Amino acid sequence: MTAVSTPGVEAAPYTVEEVCEHFDPVMGLEVHVELNTATKMFCGCANAFGAEPNTNICPVCLGLPGSLPRVNGAAVESAIKIGLALNCRVRERSGFARKNYFYPDMPKNFQISQYEDPIVFDGYLDVPLDDGGTWRVEIERAHMEEDTGKSLHVGGATGRIHGADYSLLDYNRSGVPLIEIVTKPIVGARDRAPMVARAYVTALRDILRGLGVSDVRMDQGSMRCDANVSLTPKGSPVFGTRTETKNVNSLRSVERAVRYEMGRQAGVLLSGGTVRQETRHFDEQSGTTSPGRAKETLADYRYFPEPDLPPLEPGSAWVESLRAGLPERPWERRARIQTEWSLSDEELRDLVNANALDLVADTVEAGAPPEAARSWWVSYLLQQANKREVTLPELSITPAQVARVIALVAEGTLTNKLARQVVDGVLEGEGDPDEVVAGRGLAVVSDESALTAAVDEALAAQPAVAEKIRAGKTKAAGAIVGAVMKATRGQADAARVQELVLERCR
Amino acid sequence: MSDMISLDAAELARRIHAREVSSVEVTRAHLQRIEAVDGPSDGSAGPDGVHAFLHVDADGALAAAEAADRAIAEGGPVSPLAGVPVALKDNLTTTDMPTTCASRILDGWRPPYDATVVARLRAAGLVPLGKTNLDEFAMGSSTENSAFGPTRNPWDLTRVPGGSGGGSSASVAAGEAPLALGSDTGGSIRQPGAVTGTVGVKPTYGTVSRYGLVAFSSSLDQIGPCARSVLDAALLHEVVGGHDRCDQTSVNAPLPPVVEAALAGARGDLAGVRVGVVGELSGEGYQPGVLAAFTDAVRTLGELGAEVVEVSCPSFSYALPAYYLIAPSEASSNLARFDAMRYGLRVGDDGERSTDEVMSLTREAGFGAEVKRRIMIGTHALSAGSYDALYGKAQKARTLIVRDFTAAFETCDVLVSPTTPTTAFAIGERVDDPLAMYLADLCTIPANLAGNAALSVPCGTSPDDGLPVGLQVMAPALADDRAYRVAAAYETARSSTPDAAPRIPELRALETTR
Repeated sequence: MTAVSTPGVEAAPYTVEEVCEHFDPVMGLEVHVELNTATKMFCGCANAFGAEPNTNICPVCLGLPGSLPRVNGAAVESAIKIGLALNCRVRERSGFARKNYFYPDMPKNFQISQYEDPIVFDGYLDVPLDDGGTWRVEIERAHMEEDTGKSLHVGGATGRIHGADYSLLDYNRSGVPLIEIVTKPIVGARDRAPMVARAYVTALRDILRGLGVSDVRMDQGSMRCDANVSLTPKGSPVFGTRTETKNVNSLRSVERAVRYEMGRQAGVLLSGGTVRQETRHFDEQSGTTSPGRAKETLADYRYFPEPDLPPLEPGSAWVESLRAGLPERPWERRARIQTEWSLSDEELRDLVNANALDLVADTVEAGAPPEAARSWWVSYLLQQANKREVTLPELSITPAQVARVIALVAEGTLTNKLARQVVDGVLEGEGDPDEVVAGRGLAVVSDESALTAAVDEALAAQPAVAEKIRAGKTKAAGAIVGAVMKATRGQADAARVQELVLERCR
Repeated sequence: MSDMISLDAAELARRIHAREVSSVEVTRAHLQRIEAVDGPSDGSAGPDGVHAFLHVDADGALAAAEAADRAIAEGGPVSPLAGVPVALKDNLTTTDMPTTCASRILDGWRPPYDATVVARLRAAGLVPLGKTNLDEFAMGSSTENSAFGPTRNPWDLTRVPGGSGGGSSASVAAGEAPLALGSDTGGSIRQPGAVTGTVGVKPTYGTVSRYGLVAFSSSLDQIGPCARSVLDAALLHEVVGGHDRCDQTSVNAPLPPVVEAALAGARGDLAGVRVGVVGELSGEGYQPGVLAAFTDAVRTLGELGAEVVEVSCPSFSYALPAYYLIAPSEASSNLARFDAMRYGLRVGDDGERSTDEVMSLTREAGFGAEVKRRIMIGTHALSAGSYDALYGKAQKARTLIVRDFTAAFETCDVLVSPTTPTTAFAIGERVDDPLAMYLADLCTIPANLAGNAALSVPCGTSPDDGLPVGLQVMAPALADDRAYRVAAAYETARSSTPDAAPRIPELRALETTR
């Protein structure tokens, strides 16, 4: 058996195909998502990434003696929406529980979470795979909890608490609302397991982005994945011992981490060893996992019902109204749009990659033809965004404004060239397209008598050329058209000018 | 002894509002009384001082009194208790005074926020005098578990004032404050009220905000008033009670009309009121003198027109064991935050020790024996192997107790019992016998487990030792007014009897030695 090797990566000893000759992989994926609510889960502090340390804090999220939590209704709403989007059941009466353990980044030394009665449970997600197939991932539950603060361990080699000279704590993140989405064991994916894992997290990210409930930035930690992997010997009814790999901070890493763990565990098992139940850390650089603290004894979190918070009872009317307001699934929407707009796969991919799908859709919604809308966003506007080093959604022009520009072109008020100048004006903050047209005096000269006068003037100025045209050399008209366009500062419709030139020389 | 320190809060308020006396004068009289009888706040006066206070803020109190006087002089509307001094149990957060919970572990902590009840007191123009002593984190029945020395019972300085709120009740009994706030988790307002001859009320759970009350057992804790009269308690109750959005267990309903009920009760007519005597809360183990006073009280209620019946609440026998699982379980979690990382005591941080070691050393040094005992009991009761048999079973017992109350209130408007099985016991008598100590809360715990309203009103003295006895009146949830009405009627009737106890103990020996 040979190991697959990739330069710079410590390869797992077995490829997934080799692993699957002996074992069936079983995965469980736990995804933590920070909600983008304006305030935290249990207090009124701002839920904002990147603020000065310990500025978004209060007695509640600092867990000061005497303080009490109060539930953020917007977070509950987000949790229900997520559950509905994952085809979950919504519990009529659910409650919070305390998860007790000591850690300095957790100011109460317990985390308010949900235990036996998560708000949503028993769902599934049909995940589109890269190979064109679909994989149904069953969802065990999704529950609400509060995030911890952040520790920064200064000094020492590992950046972990052991060996550090001192540690700094930032409680801005303490109490940020989190949803933890837990799958049921994913079995039967065999050698596709790493791909399924990645596809699931991708689909989940797209769904959450479509719901608008989270920034879902894996790089900023607003979406985090823990991958549980075990191997079951072929034919065995019992799951093998699992490891839980943390610190998987990109979609690609999800796939790599699962693949590596499969290979590593197979290596251990095939050489007669046993897999230790432990937490492992994924290293982005090497693509390998390394052991964290061993879970020799199962941690006893002494869960019990949170006595400071009454049960949650989202009425069915509310739940149904949230269900009715759910957006289309992102990949279904993409498929629909592709058909409706007659896009090639490549065109669709460009749109998605440029973050332009929503913008184009909104532009179409505002009345523009799909082709014109798409073309504006992925060409001229994308250039402008790149020039300004911002993303398309960050450009200071709205889909409605783009649609208006397109309409002005269609009705002949603007030429494409003028339209680009109008867009420039909008981006410069000169107002709506109509204001820019007026302000810059950019409208096409559509006054026929004025145009005719300009044409006559140009013909008179260049009698030799005029003679050629009259002699049937229509190509010579270009020079006259150019002169008229120059005279009108580009604001004439060149095609119409061409017609007029030929008319006047007939 | 100044006349002012023996007046009821209602009468003080009347005089202050009529500008017969200023709030500053009233406040000064109480500060002087504290100075005279309390001893140093670290308890170093030994057996000479009542030691009700852990912290007295004379400057702050006088400033608040001046502000109240100004508001009254300006003639605008002021709240019914504006200008009246009040003492605060030291487990309520205050921005201008330390909050210690009588524990070393909160050494040096100054809360950045006021408890909701404190904010409401201030807004109503009351005058906080200081912070009163308690059993550490409100865990105890004698105030002997304070890290800063015990409070003494003003009626007999060799005896305990009950607990955990012995400081609040003793301050009111001793005339150091006309009013005080306490917190009642298993009887910590009512039982000290009983043994100090004062009124103590545990309102319906959720009707007074717990925001800013340092939690002992969140599902049981309830803030309530301590006073020398039922009406005074009602007046304070109305100032601090009512819905608070900072406490999600707070009931979003109008507060029962307790002042109106106290005034109605004082007219002395209990015709048609059905009073149930709980059979399980008397008999063996109860001090004969306590039972004698209680029997007299029940007879008085009958004379006032109440219909007295016997009721049985068989599940009350589970109350004590259920309480001593639920309360420690919640406490083990609530007290986990005291870990030296952010505030309070820090022990062993020498740059070498790990975080875990510093946490352990701090908790070892900072918590007293009873707190540690309960943290250990609670941690065990919640652990995976014991949860169902201990915490889970206790919750089932709690349900049974709720059912007993529900059944009893189908035939009775209120239930009565002695507040506590004995009168004040001697300091030191039960410190080495936790089970004997726990029995002091036998009668008061059921109302905490069920969440309904209950109060203790003085019912004379025990013939065998001459010490105060309390009558407990329990009412259904959100019917606190019924308990007030019955207690006020009883109080009025008893005050006209020849054996009515003096309202303020003389404490002469103390005043002359100091």
